[in-house]
Amino acid sequence: MSEGLRTANGGRIDRSRPLSFRFDGVCYRGYAGDTLASALLANGVHLMGRSFKYHRPRGVLAAGAEEPNALVGVRRDASRYTPNVRATQLELYEGLEAESQNRWPTLALDVGAINDLISPFIPAGFYYKTFMWPRRAWQSLYEPRIRAAAGLGRAPRLADPDRYAARYGHCDVLVIGAGPAGLAAAAAAAAAGARVILCDEQPEFGGALLSQDPRAAPRLEGRAGSEWLTGTVAALAANARVTLLPRTTAFGYFPHNLVSLNERLTDHLPVPPPEWPRERQWLVRAREVVLATGAIERPLVFPGNDRPGIMLAGAAQAFLNRYGVRAGTRAVLVTATDEAYAVAVEMQQAHVFVAAIADVRTGDRAAASSARAAGIPVLAGATVLGTSGRRRVSSIRLAQLDGAEPTTIQLQPCDLVLMSGGYTPSVHLFSQSRGKLQWDEGLQAFLPGAPAERVRSVGGCRGVFGLAAALADGAAGGSAAARAATDPARRGVCPADIPASSATAAAALSEQGGNTPGVSNALPHPKAARGRAFVDWQNDVTTRDLALATREGFHSIEHVKRYTTTGMATDQGKTSNLNALGIVSRTLGKPIPQVGLTTFRMPYTPVSFGSFAGPSRGELFDPVRTTPMHGWARAHGAVFEDVGLWKRARYFPRGAEDMHAAVARECRAVRGACGIFDASTLGKIEVVGPDGVTFMNRLYVNAWDSLAVGRARYGVLLRDDGFVYDDGVVARVAADRFHVTTTTGGAGRVLAMMEDYLQTEWSELAVWLTSTTEQWAVIAVQGPTSRRVLADLVDIDIAAAALPHMGVANGYICGVPMRLFRVSFTGELGFEVNVPADFGAAVWEAVWAAGQSYGMTAYGTETMHVLRAEKGYIIVGQDTDGTVTPDDAGLSWAIGRNKPDFVGKRSLQRPAMQSPDRRQLVGLLTADPQRVLEEGAQVLGEARAAAPVRPLGHVTSSYHSATLGRSIAMALVAGGRARMGETLYVPLEGGEVLPVQVASAVFYDSKGARLNA
Amino acid sequence: MLLIECPYCGERPEPEFVYGGQAHIARPPDPAQLSAQQWARYLYLRDNPRGVHAERWRHTHGCGRFFNALRDTRSDHFLATYKVGEAPPQAAKDSR
Repeated sequence: MSEGLRTANGGRIDRSRPLSFRFDGVCYRGYAGDTLASALLANGVHLMGRSFKYHRPRGVLAAGAEEPNALVGVRRDASRYTPNVRATQLELYEGLEAESQNRWPTLALDVGAINDLISPFIPAGFYYKTFMWPRRAWQSLYEPRIRAAAGLGRAPRLADPDRYAARYGHCDVLVIGAGPAGLAAAAAAAAAGARVILCDEQPEFGGALLSQDPRAAPRLEGRAGSEWLTGTVAALAANARVTLLPRTTAFGYFPHNLVSLNERLTDHLPVPPPEWPRERQWLVRAREVVLATGAIERPLVFPGNDRPGIMLAGAAQAFLNRYGVRAGTRAVLVTATDEAYAVAVEMQQAHVFVAAIADVRTGDRAAASSARAAGIPVLAGATVLGTSGRRRVSSIRLAQLDGAEPTTIQLQPCDLVLMSGGYTPSVHLFSQSRGKLQWDEGLQAFLPGAPAERVRSVGGCRGVFGLAAALADGAAGGSAAARAATDPARRGVCPADIPASSATAAAALSEQGGNTPGVSNALPHPKAARGRAFVDWQNDVTTRDLALATREGFHSIEHVKRYTTTGMATDQGKTSNLNALGIVSRTLGKPIPQVGLTTFRMPYTPVSFGSFAGPSRGELFDPVRTTPMHGWARAHGAVFEDVGLWKRARYFPRGAEDMHAAVARECRAVRGACGIFDASTLGKIEVVGPDGVTFMNRLYVNAWDSLAVGRARYGVLLRDDGFVYDDGVVARVAADRFHVTTTTGGAGRVLAMMEDYLQTEWSELAVWLTSTTEQWAVIAVQGPTSRRVLADLVDIDIAAAALPHMGVANGYICGVPMRLFRVSFTGELGFEVNVPADFGAAVWEAVWAAGQSYGMTAYGTETMHVLRAEKGYIIVGQDTDGTVTPDDAGLSWAIGRNKPDFVGKRSLQRPAMQSPDRRQLVGLLTADPQRVLEEGAQVLGEARAAAPVRPLGHVTSSYHSATLGRSIAMALVAGGRARMGETLYVPLEGGEVLPVQVASAVFYDSKGARLNA
Repeated sequence: MLLIECPYCGERPEPEFVYGGQAHIARPPDPAQLSAQQWARYLYLRDNPRGVHAERWRHTHGCGRFFNALRDTRSDHFLATYKVGEAPPQAAKDSR
C-alpha cells in the first residue's frame, strides 16, 4: 500500500524502524511510534468501525483517549484477544493484528447497516415502546436480537493466560497528566524536595507539546518546546525521589486521596517477555494530588457530521505533527475557535489543500488574517447544511444563514473536514473526588470549584489555556502541593487549606485569545437540512433523539441521559456531554447549570478485568488454612470441604465408596468401636485473669462460678438481642484461666465480641484474651474403645472415676504436653486431645497406630454431622439462624437463672421471646424411613393447602442415619415441643408432599448411658 | 479506602480496621430495670446524621484496640480520633 499521505520528514515516529501490521486481514506498513489510527490514516484508511446502533461507517474522530469510533479488537493468540481498544491509543508493533467490530460480513459491506435505513423507526427509547407483546418474547426473542444487532467487540472465550500485578504507592505529590502543566508541576514539586509520582496515559510524556508544529511552537523557559520537554523529562527521570509512570491511566479517585492507576507494561511489545506482568494496578495514597489532565476538543454538531474523514482539528494536528500523517488531501475547517486557524495553516504548509474555513461565529477575527495570508478563504457566520460520501466524506455544503434561509451556499468537495467546537476541561477525576464543579459562563465550561480532597487542578483542566500560562500554573500548583505535603504541621486528609479554583483567576492566567469559549450546542441549520446531526458518536445519539426526549418530558439531564443513552457509552461522553447539555438547555430554555451535569464515574477509560483481579486468582484468590494433620488426611484419601478458609476432611472413602457408603461405614465404626477426627479448626480462646470468671459470667448465659477447676461445661453465647450467637465447650483449667472453644466459623467474631465488651464496657476487669486456635491441634477420639486406645499413650489416669464426662486434665501424651478433654460431640465415650500444633501430626500418627488394634476408623465432618444429629446436638448457624433463642434451641437448661445479668438476658425477658408459638427445635421422622428430607424444606400443617401458605417452620438438618437404619431430621417448628407425635407435611421440589411425625430431636441414647460410660 | 488515624498506631489504611457502629452508647448498668421501650432504644436505635458522626472503630489487624472517631458522613473525612473513655474533642465537633 502507498504511504503517500506520510510527510517527508518530521514527527515523533522512528522512520528507521518500519513495521508491518494487519487490519481486517490486510497487510499495511507503519513506523515505530505510530498508533494503529495514525498508521491506517497514513495508508489512506479512514473507515475503522461501524457505529453501535445504526452500523454507520465511522473513522477516527480524535487522536487520543476520547476516541468514540475507532474501536478495534486486537488478537495475539486464541486466548489473548482484547476487544474495544481505541485505535488512537493502540501503539503499533511488528505483526500487530487488529480487526474492526460490530460488522458482518465485512467492514465495508455490513448487513447491519439496514438499521441506518430504518433509523426513523428506531429513535431513542424505541425498545421501551415497541416489542411489548407477546410479553414473554421480550426476554427470549427481542432483547437478545437487539443486543446482538447493537454492540461492541466480543470478549475472548478462553481464560486469560497473562499475569497482572498489584502494588501500593505512597508519595507526597501525585501529578496526573504529563503535558506542559503536569511536567511543570512535577518539576516544581520535585525541586521543593517532595516525593513525586508522575503518570500519563500516553507512552511518551509531553501531552499537547507532542502535537505541536516544532516551527510554530513558542519557546518555553528560553528553550525550544522540544528541548524543554526532553530536558524536563530527563531531569525528572534522574531524580531518585520521582517515579515516572508512562502508559499509566489514573482511572479512579477514591476518598482520602487514594488514586487507582492502571499501568500497561507489555501491550506495546511484539513479543511480551513471558515473565512480565501485562498490567500493574497501583493504589497510590498521595498526600497531595495535582490534576493536569488537560482539555478535550469538542466536535461540532451539524447534519452528516459523522462520516469518516470528519475529525477534530486538534486530532488532525496531532496526526500531522506527531505522526507525520496527512489525514487527507483536500480539507475544510469548520470552527468555533481561534486556535483551529493555526491548524489549517499548518495543514496548508504540509501540502494539504485547505479549501475553506467556515467560522460559525460572526464578525471578523484577528486569527482569520493569518489564514487569509496563507491563501485560505474564510467564511464567517457560517453553518453546515450537510455532507456527503458513503465510506469517506466527499463534500460539505456550507452556507450563511439569513434568518432561517441559507444564503451563499457553497458545495466544497473534500476528503477531510476538520472541526473545532471549543475545549472541554477534563474534570473527570476532580468530579470523582467529589469536588464541586462550577459553570463558567465566559469559558462556557464546567471548572473545578471547591475541592473535597487535597487536590489541585492546573492548566487546561481548570481552564488555563496557552502554553506559557499552563506552564506557570503547573509550576505554581506543584510547588504549593509540595509545600503542603511536606509541612510538618500537616495533619489528616481534610482539604481545609486548599484554595478553590477560580474561573476569573484562570481567565486572567490564560493568554490573550487563548481561551475562546467555542460553542456547546448544535449549529443552526434550516429544518430542511438533510441528514442527522450526531451528538454522541459512540452510542449513535442525534439531536433528534435529544429533542424527542425533552418532548416526552425528560427534563433533567440525568433522565435525558438514561432515555437517549447519550454519554453512556464506553467513552462516557468525553466528546459529547457538553454538546448534549447545551442542546437540552436551549430546547428547555433553561441555563446549563440548571439543567445539571451527569456524574463522572470511574474508570476514566476502560480497564481490563485482569488488572482488577491482579494476583488474586487460582490458588491465590483466598488464603487457605490447613490443620497440622492435613497431610495425613490427604495421604489417606480424604475428600475435603471448605469451612470458611479451612480445608476440612469431609470423609475418607475406601475403594469405590461414595460419600453415602463411606459415611455409613464411619458412623458404624464410631458407634461400634472408635473413630479419630481432626477437630483442630475449632476456635479456641484463652480467657485469663483474676476477673476471668466475672467476665465469663457477664458474657455467657451459664453460671461459671460453680464450674470447678478441671471441669468443662457447654457454654452458650448470645448477643444482647437474646439470640444465640455461638456455642462451645468451656473448660476451667485454673481458677483464673478458661479454655473457651467456639464454632469453627465463629472463632474470629467471638473474640471480637469479647474484646468489644472487655475494652469498651468492662474495661475495669483484669482479663486478657488470646486466640489459641492455631496453637492447639485437637484430636478427637470417640467411641466405646476410645479410652483403651488412649490409656496406653497418656501418663494420667483416664478411668471413668478419675476423668468423668466433662472432665479436663493436664498431662503428657507420647511425651508431649497435653490438655485432655473428656467431651463428646458424638454421644459416645469420647476424648479431645489438645497438643501444641507442632506435635499434632506426630501425636495423631501415634494415636492412629495405637487405635488399629481397637478398630479405629478415621472420620470426617460429614460423619461428625450425622453423629451429632442423632444426639440432637445443634450446630450454630445451621440449626440456628440469628433468630433463635436458647429456649427455641432447647438449651434453656444451660442458662444460669440466678445471675443478675448476662449479655442477652434482658431481651429474653421480652414477652415475645417467651411466646409458646415460637419456632422450636424438634425432630422429624418421615413416614417412609428411607426418604431423606431436603435441608431448608418448609414444614406445613396441611398436606394440601391453597397458596399463599404460611409455613410452620423449616428443616435445618437432615441425614440418613446408618445407626438407626432410617432418616432423621431436625427442624424449627412453631410451637414444636407441644406438637410431639403430630403429623406435619414437608413439600418437595416437584410437588410431592411427605408426611412427617414430630419427635424429640434426640434420636439415639436419650439417657446418655454411652456418653457417661 | 479511607485513611484512618489509630490513636495508638497512627495513620493506617481502612482494611486494617473494622467499623463498630455509633460511639458513646453505654450498655445500661442494670438492664432488668429498664422498660421494654428503653431497652429497645438501647439495642436498636442509632443516629444516622448527615454530618458529624461519633463512631467506633477497631484496629483489628493492628493493635486490636477499639477507639472512637468523629467522621463527617458528607465527606468521609475524619475530624478526630480519640481513645475509649475520652470525650469527643469539642473543637473538632464544632468545626463543621
